[in-house]
Amino acid sequence: MEKDLLKFPKKPFRTKGGAKAPHRKNTAGCESVILRDIPEVVIPMSQHIGAHCVPVVNKGDKVYVGTLIGDSEAFVSAPVHSSVSGTVKEILNITLPNGVVSEAVVIESDGNYEKDPSIKPPVVENKADFIKAVRASGLVGLGGAGFPAHVKLNVPEDKKIDTLLINCAECEPYITADHREVIENSWAIMSGIYAVKDILGVDRVIIGVEKNKPDAIRILTEIADNKDADPDDVVRVLPLKASYPQGAEKVLIKACTNRVVPTGKLPADVGCVVMNVTSVAFIANYLKTGMPLVSKRLTVDGSAVKNPQNVIVPIGTPVHRLIELCGGYKEECGKLLMGGPMMGISLFEDTAPILKQNNAILAFNVKDASTAKGGSCIRCGKCVSACPMGLEPCKISLAAKNRQVDVLKEYNVMTCMECGCCTFVCPAQRYIVQTIRLGKAILREGAKKEKGAEGK
Amino acid sequence: MKLFVSSSPHLRSKKTTTGVMLDVLIALVPALVMAVVYFGYKALILALVCVGTCVLTEYICRKVMKRNNTITDLSAAVTGLILALNLPVDINLFMAVFGSVVAIVVVKQMFGGIGYNFVNPAMAARIVMMVSFPTAMTTWTNTRFMETVDGVSSATPLAPDAPAYSYLDLFLGNIGGSMGEVCTLAILLGGIFLVIRRVISPIIPVIYIGTAALMSLLLGLDPLYQILSGGLVFGAVFMATDYTTSPINKWGKVIFAVGLGIFTILIRTYSNLPEGTSFAILLMNILVPHIERLTKPRAFGEKKAKKGEKS
Repeated sequence: MEKDLLKFPKKPFRTKGGAKAPHRKNTAGCESVILRDIPEVVIPMSQHIGAHCVPVVNKGDKVYVGTLIGDSEAFVSAPVHSSVSGTVKEILNITLPNGVVSEAVVIESDGNYEKDPSIKPPVVENKADFIKAVRASGLVGLGGAGFPAHVKLNVPEDKKIDTLLINCAECEPYITADHREVIENSWAIMSGIYAVKDILGVDRVIIGVEKNKPDAIRILTEIADNKDADPDDVVRVLPLKASYPQGAEKVLIKACTNRVVPTGKLPADVGCVVMNVTSVAFIANYLKTGMPLVSKRLTVDGSAVKNPQNVIVPIGTPVHRLIELCGGYKEECGKLLMGGPMMGISLFEDTAPILKQNNAILAFNVKDASTAKGGSCIRCGKCVSACPMGLEPCKISLAAKNRQVDVLKEYNVMTCMECGCCTFVCPAQRYIVQTIRLGKAILREGAKKEKGAEGK
Repeated sequence: MKLFVSSSPHLRSKKTTTGVMLDVLIALVPALVMAVVYFGYKALILALVCVGTCVLTEYICRKVMKRNNTITDLSAAVTGLILALNLPVDINLFMAVFGSVVAIVVVKQMFGGIGYNFVNPAMAARIVMMVSFPTAMTTWTNTRFMETVDGVSSATPLAPDAPAYSYLDLFLGNIGGSMGEVCTLAILLGGIFLVIRRVISPIIPVIYIGTAALMSLLLGLDPLYQILSGGLVFGAVFMATDYTTSPINKWGKVIFAVGLGIFTILIRTYSNLPEGTSFAILLMNILVPHIERLTKPRAFGEKKAKKGEKS
């Protein structure tokens, strides 16, 4: 058989490092609750990597669920849609949790969630249509990075893709949103996989799931083994070791295919495309209904939340309203996180809106929010053995502190993906990855200056 | 509502520096207990004097230097206990105090405190004491189970005039030597505890001892006798594995341990000194930065540097 040229691994390939972060998947058994009692949504024009959108509605305009409210000419960008029906109250500038200032459309909801009458399933006949449809859906990588999906799927002709990887590792503690997607929406995942697979023309699809989700593995395996759901027999489920950061793109590719993405290259350079499981399920839904990305499943958890649960909320829901709907705080909240505790962003105000790529809102009490006092590095080497990228984090962070550009380069600071394993395991509780980020910024700054000098 | 904002990760493991040091102290307990068994309560007093001096000196040093107080990380206590276990039990207590002060002030704090010393403080202090008080540092007390002619002092198994000890005596520590390094069994128990607690990786002790055995064979010595004598096992488990003064990456550790094994046996065989462990560790400690440069691990996706091509 020709298809056997590309084998499916029976067990995952070896990956380096990783940290034994606690799982704390408290909400894995909680069926998602659809929350609709949102009086007002704030929808930022930048919910993705790439060019900001420009609002295409004006104050006072009537909008529906799915109405286009922001778009951009740039290719690397994703349009933004209204998540409620109601009236545009105002358009203002807000500061997003990551520090980016962006325009945002504030919509007063009428509570009816009327669907935009113009919404209809897209007509897809070829690859160009498909890419166009994905762009129009406003889809971004739902795993957390927020990279526009159509850019990822628009693989240059000269790069042959043979493997589609579906990321269902969900290695961050607490988060169970993808896990619930598998349980509640399993049919869509397979039909989404087939849509993407046909466009990419790949010969094998591997769904990577961490072993701490046995029911998800069982459900996905059942579908993958089903002749009707998987007629070409190209989809397999690969249970992965439950170890953070198993879901990081490069780590997942190594674990599933044994391929190493070279520094500064993309997964497409080793013949892979990685998509989040919720993203492919959304594509299936969009192709069927034409409803763009307007709501998101989130895990709400943490020591300060009264009723931890999974919810489906309109994009743009302010965090404080979301917490209220989850029973409010059970004790004083000291830290609010957008995303998981390992890579999530801490919010500086609870009015921040839910973004497309969010998969969790975590609220911690004051005790959990208190930060460690970093001591001296005792050179124990735990960060070195924990680094999935094979770096020596303690050395890089020292070099960054001393602004030693040469040393930063020598120790490959740019390979760091900021997963935070080094900082998690550090017994001296040092701020390793935080300083490494500084080091990356120093290098980027230097590169900019050099460019500027050459230009003169 | 007051929200605390910080950069990720927002979660940390429970292991702390203090916890690591506490594990090391616990691992040293069997050796200390055996010292008390063989030499009586004097062993305990010596240990208390060294630990007390080290902790007090560290406290004063940090105060004088106007730095944050670091005695709670227990590293000074570890240094004190390791030093005590490396001394003959009947040593003058003032000499022990002197050694402890040297370890903390000269070797550790003058270079910036925990994490910045380039050689192991306890071991450097021991060498200073050996040079300063050569007689006192090599006058070994008999264990209480030993029958010797003069009844007071005995030779270490490595001394030229040493009596023939049985392997069992060597393993259990019924021999002359520093109070903590005689009982190999107790040291190994501590070492196994540290490996299980993941405080140390077994790479350094195993390869160090293995290389020493191989070297002994090559030079026509009895490998088992060499390993069980002197401070080799104690050094391999508790001093060569010192975080600060050993390489942080795997291959660095391997090279470091091989070097230790070779130098220990070479010094024992070809120099005037009966014992080579301390000097071998000192030498390899100094080489650590160079070993680390040589063994920098290749980053994920980093291209192999081709010959003649500058990376």
